[in-house]
Amino acid sequence: MKINYLYILIMAGVSYAIRVLPLTLIRKQIKNRFLQSFLYYVPYVTLAVMTFPAILGATQSRVSGLLALIAGILAAWLGADLFKVAVLCCIVVLGAEAFLL
Amino acid sequence: MGAKADVARTENRKRAFGEGMRDGVPIGLGYFAVSFSLGIAARGAGLTPFQAFLASLLCNASAGEYAGFTSIAAHATFLEIALVTLIANARYLLMSCAMSQRMPPGIPLRHRLLMAFDITDELFGIAIARPGYLNPFYTYGAVLTAAPCWAFGTALGTVAGNLLPLRLVSALGVALYGMFLAIIIPPGKKDRVVAVLVALCFAASFAASKLPYLSGLSEGTRIILLTVILAAGAALLFPRAAEEEA
Repeated sequence: MKINYLYILIMAGVSYAIRVLPLTLIRKQIKNRFLQSFLYYVPYVTLAVMTFPAILGATQSRVSGLLALIAGILAAWLGADLFKVAVLCCIVVLGAEAFLL
Repeated sequence: MGAKADVARTENRKRAFGEGMRDGVPIGLGYFAVSFSLGIAARGAGLTPFQAFLASLLCNASAGEYAGFTSIAAHATFLEIALVTLIANARYLLMSCAMSQRMPPGIPLRHRLLMAFDITDELFGIAIARPGYLNPFYTYGAVLTAAPCWAFGTALGTVAGNLLPLRLVSALGVALYGMFLAIIIPPGKKDRVVAVLVALCFAASFAASKLPYLSGLSEGTRIILLTVILAAGAALLFPRAAEEEA
């Protein structure tokens, strides 16, 4: 039981170190064009990779996940903000699963 | 003049803080659903609700915590726990690097230390999606809304795993992905490279989840591998001109 606190402490320490080191140590603007471009693309790539196909497994039925994905892409493309896209995806899943399940 | 500038700065901070709190709401909702299931995993690993709460409050990582809890359940060594946490969370290292390039010049160290605490996929995403330098107060607002949902959701999941109807958990679970889409899709309208890249990422990620060997890797490792390969490929083939800097 008490050992769990040690486990948690290690998890917390490593998690924070990963996040704080680059942010505190990199003080200069990176001039290298490749690195600059790489860091520019990282957020899009990592979020895209995490979204698909994981969204299909987040719901009870893969079809409702797929519908939420399509609705979310359309709404975001048409200019809906963060909150609206998120809520729309939830509603699509609720609606779809009411039919599907 | 100094006093006037101070007032303007305070107003600006308040506004950014308020906007952060507002944008933190959908994130908090999604967090609640996801952390609820994380709490169930924590209970499986033998953690008390308070320990699960503490872990989530301090670690703020879905895949990282899940990997940690699984290792605790398997009575892993301390080194193993540290390594598993490192691998599952390595993408935050990249995000932290990206954030370092958008920090206002001369920002005090305390802001760097605080902003680093809750770099997650979602909070990083909404902060980086705003134009110009990152505003620490925007991040603080979002963290203050979202982080408690994460911690309490985990504790609640540990206490009563089957409290929420499955249908609601299912619906809340896509809130996170909806937010991701709202971040990655709109830039594709102006920058075709990003649009094609996002489509390519979907395809590659799907393929990696099915292919032998690759599908055997943990999700965290797969995300890092794909991120490094695809972002490096895009940077090599389509380097950004210096004046295009965000």
